[in-house]
Amino acid sequence: MGIRERLSGNEAVAYAMKQINPDVMGAYPITPSTEIPQYFSAYVDNGEVDTEFIAVESEHSAMSTCIGAEAAGCRAISATSSCGLIYMAEMLYVAASDRLPITLAVSCRALSGPININNDHSDAMAVRDAGWIMLFAETNQEAYDNYLQAMRIGEAVGLPIMVCQDGFITSHAIENIELVETDKVKAFVGEYKPQHYLLDPSERIAVGAYATPVYYMESKRLQAQAMLDAKDVIRSVANEFAQMTGREYGLIEKYKMDDAELAILLMGSSAGTAKEAVDQLRGQGKKVGLVKIRSFRPFPTEDIAQALKGVKAFAAMDKDDSFNGHCGPIFAETAAALLAQGVSGPKAISYIYGLGGRDVRVESIQHVFADLEHIAATGDVGETYRYLDVRE
Amino acid sequence: MKDIVEIRWHGRGGQGAKTASLLLADAAFNTGKYVQGFPEYGPERMGAPITAYNRISDRRSTVHSNIYEPDYVVVVVDETLLSSVDVTAGLKEEGAIVINSGKDPAELRPKLKGYKGRVCTIDAGRISEEELGKNFPNTPMLAAIVKVSGVVEPEAFVKDMEASFKHKFASKPQVIDGNMRALKRSMEEVRIG
Repeated sequence: MGIRERLSGNEAVAYAMKQINPDVMGAYPITPSTEIPQYFSAYVDNGEVDTEFIAVESEHSAMSTCIGAEAAGCRAISATSSCGLIYMAEMLYVAASDRLPITLAVSCRALSGPININNDHSDAMAVRDAGWIMLFAETNQEAYDNYLQAMRIGEAVGLPIMVCQDGFITSHAIENIELVETDKVKAFVGEYKPQHYLLDPSERIAVGAYATPVYYMESKRLQAQAMLDAKDVIRSVANEFAQMTGREYGLIEKYKMDDAELAILLMGSSAGTAKEAVDQLRGQGKKVGLVKIRSFRPFPTEDIAQALKGVKAFAAMDKDDSFNGHCGPIFAETAAALLAQGVSGPKAISYIYGLGGRDVRVESIQHVFADLEHIAATGDVGETYRYLDVRE
Repeated sequence: MKDIVEIRWHGRGGQGAKTASLLLADAAFNTGKYVQGFPEYGPERMGAPITAYNRISDRRSTVHSNIYEPDYVVVVVDETLLSSVDVTAGLKEEGAIVINSGKDPAELRPKLKGYKGRVCTIDAGRISEEELGKNFPNTPMLAAIVKVSGVVEPEAFVKDMEASFKHKFASKPQVIDGNMRALKRSMEEVRIG
């Protein structure tokens, strides 16, 4: 039946880590994810887990620690935010290409500058092509649930996985949560039995070897295949999780999309605020809906095309800017997905929103729907590259 | 009680507004409610004005924004905030503002930019000094907002707080009685104007 609790998003993730009791944590603190290794180190100190906690001098070393541990055959975890994630970037690519299913909790935060500690998705989006699976959470509950599913997903395809939530907005907000009993968590996550690992005396292997042009590209093709395979794995792990908890997850979540003519597409905590906006507009008879991305990597190309093919207009909303002079990454990937799937009907705009903690209100989302209503009515898309709630 | 009650807390960094908002979330959670408790984060420093929020409801609120039209406002530290922060901004007139002050509500109302709803005062500092020997205004402020808002049923609140003090102060039981006296006095002494 689950355990009724109230926890912040950071507390929830640290608690999931405790229930799983992984082998190694390598971590360096940074706001707003600091609490995760802080709480977890207390579990280590109290003997509630037998994890080897390795306090390092930087995020680069934190990820290097995880790579060494995971290659040796351990389950390794870390947590970070913002410039900490960027400082890890070099090693993120190594973890993915060495096919090490490390689990990294990210409490997303803006990048400098101007220096800012609040939430947006600039950090996660900056490393989106590093080869990691990336799940995003709307709530503390989803951050916890995604974390419980993460190792099953990563270990099944041999890829590292990031479990992202919005810094402060969910990481530091206390909300109700339903926890899974620890014995059920342990049974669900299971033992880690790597196929190949450095400390296996029966099989001598090398990890992180040099690849000449004769081999490099085949290695990358296999990595790409693992990301493709991850789509089905994410779905099947979610199905099993739903049987245990009753809480259902997919690659995306559709909210009131069945007959929707206008839609917005986004990920993270603002999806909850958008649901309230959708409810209020539905109350006025407007056919509006929301598509929330849970899995950004792999990108749910087919699911998104299927969800949006019937709408008149949609806005893809990005909590960061690619500074490419025309759109954010969710817009770019969505437009590519629709083209690849042969969907050309909907009009579309890119909205950049919520940068550096700019508060996203129900009214903000309603403003976007008002723009879409105008576009659908007139057929005139106007400026496709827009900033929301900004002083010009 | 309404479908959802939204509360905004004003305080100064390091003086407990965030903690008080989390305590209220705890108390409401313990009586079966859905809660949100969150501060507005920035480069806080001791003494600078800070804001924290609560949403308390019978069904989960999915909104993750700050609160602009609160049902209640609590000013935790002292009335000096009234001249530097627009504490009644958006405050609903059918709601109330609760201020930590020894003054009469009528004396403070002129500083509240024409706010027409209830103005309540509680001398949380004095109660805390007398019952705990130190200025910890959190507990009396928490009790006052519970009394004024009814967001948690008062009897259940008192019972829950006693249990939580017993747990929290297991190693120094001498402060439990003082906290409970501060709590009960605050519920009786809050002045509603």
